[in-house]
Amino acid sequence: MPSDHGDVAVVGAGPAGLAAAVTAADAGLDVLLVDAADAPGGQYYRAPAPGLGAIRPEALHHGWSTFTALTARLARHRDAGRLRHLTGHQVWAATRTGDDRVLHALTGPDGREGVTLRARRLVLATGAVERQLPFPGWTLPGVVGAAGAQAMLKSGLVLPGRRVVVAGSGPLLQAVALTLARAGAQVPALVEAAGYRAYGRAPLILAANPDRLAEGARHRAGLARFGVRMLTHRAVTAVHGTQRVEGVTVSRLDRAWRPVPGTGRRIDCDALAVGHGLVPQLDLALGLGCATRTDADGSAVLRLDEDLRTTVPGVWAAGETGGIGGVRLALAEGESAALSVIADARGGRAPARVAALRRHRRRMRGFAALMGAVHRPGPGWPEWLAPDTEVCRCEEVTAGAIRTAVDELGAGDSRTAKLLTRAGMGWCQGRTCGFAVRTLAGPAADTPPDRRPLACPVPLSTLARAVRSEDA
Amino acid sequence: MFTRQPLDVVVVGAGVVGAACAYYATRSGLSVAVVDGGPVAGGTTGAGEGNLLVSDKPPGPELDLALLSASLWRELSEVLPRAVEYEQKGGLVVAADGASLATLTATAAGQSASGVRTTAVAPDELPDLEPHLAPGLTGGVLYPEDAQVQPALAAAHLIRAARDAGASPHLGEPVTAVLTGPTGAVRGVRTPAGDLLAPAVVNATGVGGGEFAALAGVELPVLPRRGFVLVTEPLPPLIRHKVYAAEYVADVSSASAALQTSPVVEGTPAGPVLIGASRERVGFDRTLSVPVISRLADAAAALFPVLGSARVMRAYHGFRPYLPDHLPAIGPDRRVSGLFHACGHEGAGIGLAPATAALVTAAIRGEQPPLDAEPFRPDRFGAGTGQQPRQHPARPTRQEPR
Ligand SMILES: Cc1cc2nc3c(=O)[nH]c(=O)nc-3n(C[C@H](O)[C@H](O)[C@H](O)COP(=O)(O)OP(=O)(O)OC[C@H]3O[C@@H](n4cnc5c(N)ncnc54)[C@H](O)[C@@H]3O)c2cc1C
Ligand SMILES: Cc1cc2nc3c(=O)[nH]c(=O)nc-3n(C[C@H](O)[C@H](O)[C@H](O)COP(=O)(O)OP(=O)(O)OC[C@H]3O[C@@H](n4cnc5c(N)ncnc54)[C@H](O)[C@@H]3O)c2cc1C
Repeated sequence: MPSDHGDVAVVGAGPAGLAAAVTAADAGLDVLLVDAADAPGGQYYRAPAPGLGAIRPEALHHGWSTFTALTARLARHRDAGRLRHLTGHQVWAATRTGDDRVLHALTGPDGREGVTLRARRLVLATGAVERQLPFPGWTLPGVVGAAGAQAMLKSGLVLPGRRVVVAGSGPLLQAVALTLARAGAQVPALVEAAGYRAYGRAPLILAANPDRLAEGARHRAGLARFGVRMLTHRAVTAVHGTQRVEGVTVSRLDRAWRPVPGTGRRIDCDALAVGHGLVPQLDLALGLGCATRTDADGSAVLRLDEDLRTTVPGVWAAGETGGIGGVRLALAEGESAALSVIADARGGRAPARVAALRRHRRRMRGFAALMGAVHRPGPGWPEWLAPDTEVCRCEEVTAGAIRTAVDELGAGDSRTAKLLTRAGMGWCQGRTCGFAVRTLAGPAADTPPDRRPLACPVPLSTLARAVRSEDA
Repeated sequence: MFTRQPLDVVVVGAGVVGAACAYYATRSGLSVAVVDGGPVAGGTTGAGEGNLLVSDKPPGPELDLALLSASLWRELSEVLPRAVEYEQKGGLVVAADGASLATLTATAAGQSASGVRTTAVAPDELPDLEPHLAPGLTGGVLYPEDAQVQPALAAAHLIRAARDAGASPHLGEPVTAVLTGPTGAVRGVRTPAGDLLAPAVVNATGVGGGEFAALAGVELPVLPRRGFVLVTEPLPPLIRHKVYAAEYVADVSSASAALQTSPVVEGTPAGPVLIGASRERVGFDRTLSVPVISRLADAAAALFPVLGSARVMRAYHGFRPYLPDHLPAIGPDRRVSGLFHACGHEGAGIGLAPATAALVTAAIRGEQPPLDAEPFRPDRFGAGTGQQPRQHPARPTRQEPR
């Protein structure tokens, strides 16, 4: 039974982390699988909480059988004592001491209990969170994240409203709109800031990813069946209502995503589900010193080699941490990372599977890069903002305040904008507004990604005890 | 590449020290440009806590500089907008046992002789000053002159005020060369956007001070000393002063490379409590050190047990610009005519910025300095002109978000 020390620790039990953990355990390694959630599955495979009377979670998920196969393997390894699955463990920092990678986690009913875990090798599969761009009215009740709406539906079976506009950018929106419609919501429109035609400019990539093409076609057919109007090159530029959402104004965008004056049209609705793709969660990786690069979608992602190694020895990463790419890519990368970990632990020749996975990954990464480029926010999106539009909700910092800091006070990147306005200093530590503040602060191309050495708040008394466990 | 109109001074660095230099030089009537490769406060200033302390300095030249600076900060607080969050809240240094109280009392006596206001605090008076202090402390000293400023906003508003008085900021323009004339005297700097010509160039590049000196062909041994700071969730007002343990003073002036973690603890207007900062010489290591932040947390909880249940929301670090004798380099460099230094302030650059600027401005104008600048002589470290600019270790240009 792996105790608090394993051959490999995997953070994140989403598709990537699950695949990595079971593959490593298949080879007989002692595995620690750590996740903040109470159940495996990550962002994609969310099961409704027991007792909600949901009978067929598979109806909401594509590829549910892949997931059940993984969890069956997980259970076998757990029962055989090769793998420990630590649910409800939020890792607040990962460090290196000597040959070990050390994880510091919080657990217990009130999340105040400190736990230190060690392993020779570490796989980071911490996934991504939704990317939000602010716009006038986005703080009104009834405006929810698109991914959040989907997650709510998958795990709690609640709809954000009866008549829901879905807006933002990226292929997730189609999945979200379809899920909402299937669950009984009326979805008058899907508002996409980019256009789908841009995909057509990369026929080779499309030809190499027929599954993605088929998925897109399936989604569009489904949306047509539910009467969801597809409005491309448009964005929500105002939200109406005083207590909560009563409608939205949708405007046309030019190529740079600047709203075209005079094109606004009102659509009545009681909820708005909005999102602009996902951003990788890199806090643990950055704390370890892993290098990053800017991905096609404009977000910082980890720099990885073909075997999913980060730039820090003994640390691998898989799934969205290396760039947003979807669930199949996450599964393949989790397996690849584990095979590389196994080779590192055991030596010996790489199995033929490694080469196949590499090809598979290159092909899917090609599609992911295309997707990222198509939906990358255009440089003109900040023109949606009014001076009084809140950008940082935690600290209530407006777009106007950030612009003043840049124009008048000499802020030039997200860090100095934060120092001069407090944007990003609040409870979420800039996880929500980071991308927006970065854009508003200017085009400093070489600015490193925002760092949060603590991946979540840590009780001071727990932190004070951590040194003793790390020294041990 | 074009050459802009001649100036009196080019200040290189838009941290708090460069900002103060630009402000004082402009106010004295000089024509000034301030240049930085990044934004305002993008260096160590953005990681600093903003303590303006006299309490942590034993009698000597740095204390004299700190006292001058304290009065200049008071003046500046009248001129700069309230946004810089200047507050003279006072410092309280406490002792945990008889020996440390004896040392503290002796230090305070010396400081008092140098002109610092100090008040001894008996153990039973401590709760009136700080109700949440741990019980069992043997006493303390109150320093009413200790104050606070928000460093990034202070730097930004100093530069803005300098700009309004005629200075020209050049942000996002790294200096790549120091230009010299046929006699070897400085005649300006080169940036990718063009040359800025002036007979005086001020090195206010903080932890980059050594690298910049090398551009001018001289050596200045500025090294980084890392510090971590912890920030809690917003809390109701619990802590009124800047509070720290007597051991802190020893930590500050220690020459050891090893870790020191005696923290200053204080509340902020927005609610979070700041706990900082550690000191250790580990080069430009940007990875998180759990032992360091853990010891900070432990020491803070030892002073204020009430903090044990608070959550730490973030941790950040920065690199103090450090010179071997713990004194900054301020004034003309006798090895290169026209080159002035204003760097190497270690953990006190925010506090010492205005006095530094006053000394540098006087030196540029050839006037009598407000205090003896000899101890801060930049060429005091022995090494002569390194004709060949020395290679300096690679340095990150930007630091941690706080
Ligand atoms: C609404 C929505 C719809 C989607 N639809 C599709 C689709 O139709 N097709 C498709 O291919 N993809 C889709 N995706 C994307 C898919 O969910 C992701 O590609 C996939 O989940 C990525 O897997 P992952 O393992 O990298 O990360 P995740 O699934 O995000 O898992 C990360 C895990 O790490 C854990 N974690 C993170 N940080 C910590 C920490 N500090 N301590 C402990 N645990 C931590 C989290 O709790 C989580 O369980 C969708 C995503 C969303 C949000
Ligand atoms: C954690 C921590 C806490 C601290 N707390 C306090 C405190 O409470 N009180 C206090 O007084 N001090 C404190 N300090 C110390 C204080 O922050 C520094 O002494 C001070 O900020 C130094 O300011 P500076 O202007 O010299 O340097 P910096 O702020 O680093 O500015 C130097 C600037 O020069 C620029 N630069 C460098 N090279 C070039 C080039 N070639 N061309 C153009 N530009 C260049 C950089 O981009 C940078 O902006 C603390 C430090 C740390 C790390």
